[in-house]
Amino acid sequence: MSDTSAARPAPLAPAEPLLELSGISKSFGGVRALSNVDFTLNRGEVHALVGENGAGKSTLMKIIAGVQSADEGRLVLDGVEAHFRSARDARDHGVGMVHQELSVAPDLSVAENVYLGSQPGSRYGIVDWKAMYRGAATLLERLGLEIDPRERLGDLPVGLQQLVELARVLFSGARVIILDEPTSALSPPEIARLFEVLERLKQEEGRSFVFISHFIEDVLTVADRVTVLRNGEKVATANADAIDKRWIIQKMIGTGHGELENMYTGAVSMGPRPTDAPVLSVEHLTRRPNFEDVSFTVAPGEVLGVYGFMGCGQLELARALFGKIRPSEGDITVDGTVRRFGSTAKAKVAGMAFVPESRGQMLFADQPVFTNMSISVLEDIDKFWLRPNREREIARGHIETLGVRPANELARLGVLSGGNQQKVALGRWMTRLPRVLVMCEPTRGMDVGAKEDVVKIVKGLSAEGVAVVVLSTEPETVLALATRVIVMRKGRIVEEFAGRAIAKDDLLAAA
Amino acid sequence: MSVEGLGTQRAGGLRGFFISRVREIAPLATLFFLVVVFAAASPSFMTADNAANILRQISITAIMATGLTFVLLCGEIDLSFAAVANAAGIVVAFFTTQEAYVNIANVPLPGAFAIVLAILTACGLGLVNAVGLTRIGIPSFIVTLAMMQIAAGISALLVRGQIAYAVPDVVRTLGAGHIFGIPWIVIVAGLFLLVAHLVLTYTRFGRYVYMVGGNREAAEYSGVNVKLILGAVMVISAFCAGISGMLGVAYFGSAQQNEFDAYLLDAIAAVVLGGTSLFGGRGGIPYTIIGLLVLGVLNNGLDHVDIDSFLKILIRGLILLAALIINVYAQRLTAKR
Repeated sequence: MSDTSAARPAPLAPAEPLLELSGISKSFGGVRALSNVDFTLNRGEVHALVGENGAGKSTLMKIIAGVQSADEGRLVLDGVEAHFRSARDARDHGVGMVHQELSVAPDLSVAENVYLGSQPGSRYGIVDWKAMYRGAATLLERLGLEIDPRERLGDLPVGLQQLVELARVLFSGARVIILDEPTSALSPPEIARLFEVLERLKQEEGRSFVFISHFIEDVLTVADRVTVLRNGEKVATANADAIDKRWIIQKMIGTGHGELENMYTGAVSMGPRPTDAPVLSVEHLTRRPNFEDVSFTVAPGEVLGVYGFMGCGQLELARALFGKIRPSEGDITVDGTVRRFGSTAKAKVAGMAFVPESRGQMLFADQPVFTNMSISVLEDIDKFWLRPNREREIARGHIETLGVRPANELARLGVLSGGNQQKVALGRWMTRLPRVLVMCEPTRGMDVGAKEDVVKIVKGLSAEGVAVVVLSTEPETVLALATRVIVMRKGRIVEEFAGRAIAKDDLLAAA
Repeated sequence: MSVEGLGTQRAGGLRGFFISRVREIAPLATLFFLVVVFAAASPSFMTADNAANILRQISITAIMATGLTFVLLCGEIDLSFAAVANAAGIVVAFFTTQEAYVNIANVPLPGAFAIVLAILTACGLGLVNAVGLTRIGIPSFIVTLAMMQIAAGISALLVRGQIAYAVPDVVRTLGAGHIFGIPWIVIVAGLFLLVAHLVLTYTRFGRYVYMVGGNREAAEYSGVNVKLILGAVMVISAFCAGISGMLGVAYFGSAQQNEFDAYLLDAIAAVVLGGTSLFGGRGGIPYTIIGLLVLGVLNNGLDHVDIDSFLKILIRGLILLAALIINVYAQRLTAKR
């Protein structure tokens, strides 16, 4: 036996499991959230966890992070069985998490954020600022980031803020880092930088990441392995370079959802610019620094998609259309009359309807379904005294048409799933059809079935002549709904797609 | 993902029921406890006469608490109503002929005019609160704090340290008179509570009040004119304060500076003791009635038992603190559901 092996490149080190979960099950009040799930995270690996909402990703993630404990199953960290009692306990064992909603202190400096909760100090509790700035600078440099640790964190772009939060988790000594939807708020260059940092950390420091994301391209780019969950069960685990987008989508949603698959992958043809008189026309609408010189029209029966990255001003634009905030310049014309909305009540009277991106912003969780539906049209139902029976009758009608589950107008709204809550929010505007319906992120956080239902409802409304404006940061949503698309970037309209087929790439490239 | 059961029924049986109903149970249990304790401690407490006494004693607080209930249901606060009540009481006396020995440079008017002017004063002050809160955007806590001072200033300027005694006959009757042996003021308080309950429960306006208090942003995104509702409740509170101030002057038999100061805490305590949420959206007039009874029984009962009168103040404070803790705790429990 000669020394031949030395001449060959060293064989890949066998995958070495750092974290092993086996047979994990978890139920909430009789509902199975996870059943018998196995999950292995190797040292120096990015392992993506994908699945529709409600598939069990967040439950699994919370179990790993110690936020919840499993009903059944074992969690082995570094060869030792572990039972995390709390998130803090998990962190002490080297499991950290970067949440989707940033938990940073924007008014503190970058260094203070990195050291949040563990500032270096001398005796008497005096903070050693020099050591803190030096330490933060070294750490950020290691991540390949050129950030002044003295800068106020809130002044940095969201992407950098997120990386600072990641730095904090790293700094706390985490070997297993859970990233929950880390790319959802980032622009493509920011995503690229995040991925560089992850690559570096995993290569050079052997850190391991659980990467949770809805964005399948991101998953395929960054992950070494992918695990797909569906309805609380593990469907498959595969090496990322052996699979493609279609494979993931099929595993995620199961079979028989051809239309939805298109929504994720295919090109969708846009209608031409309509020639009819517009219901809504917006001219030179400006509200600095949110949006500037925005002009567009929407015809009856049209669904105008407004696509842009988070923070491009579309949420503020939507609010200006519904009288929640006031534009400084420009005109909003509804049915040929120029309107200035002093309040949302005035906008409603002018024929505007609005569904914001977060259901907590528009629904009354404590109240029954029927009052949630009647609130916008109470003045039509009752002059002075309430007529609850009439309200309930109307609500029952909407519940039936929209397929709200549970089909009970007296159910407390808070017990409904996200998709059903969204149906209630839409039902609110269906008693007396508005002229214009403005919707922000209409399908965010919903499961496949609910998404399809919402798409159907919106198309139904537009078929009845309602002009719909859909504003979203998710290209899939825009493509599934819109008959014409405008793209916003940094508060301005930069592109319009009408009369041709477009795909997700077109939107991403334009934004 | 939603994994909760349907409906409001939750696991936990009796315990779950108590947790979900702590807002209702705590004030009722307190009331029961106080009645039992005072009945045991003093033979003079548990009499029909004393029960009538308690009702009479809480009547002025009840009228103020009626208006305040609207404000709290919207998640706002009014700190000015006691001062506004005082101002209205003094205005009505200012425009009534006083005895010669009262040195107030007053302007006698027919009784009806004096009453209308007093009500207008109260509503006008409430309107200033409303404008400050909704148009300018001053938190209600602050704007009504300023109004407290303004109303006290109006009172001071009109009565100038004097005491006025005369009020129009109607006011005297309603504030101090009886019908079939029942004090008019109890009837007026009952009417205020009844009408407010009907408005809050059965009218569109009442629904808006609860919706604005429950989730203000959602109400706005539903096209509810939130500012109008908030402005209206501030005016309603001032209106109720004005009526209670006029009747209170008749009830006490005099109009003077700082006459109603103690009512500020009493009325707020009654509403909060009753279980109406400090954060808005939950509670109502029945809750306020229980709170008024708790407070009435407490104030009255402490007079029937032999304890240090200075200790009474401390006891009232401690009971109010306990009610606040339960109120916030109840909010947290219901928020968890």
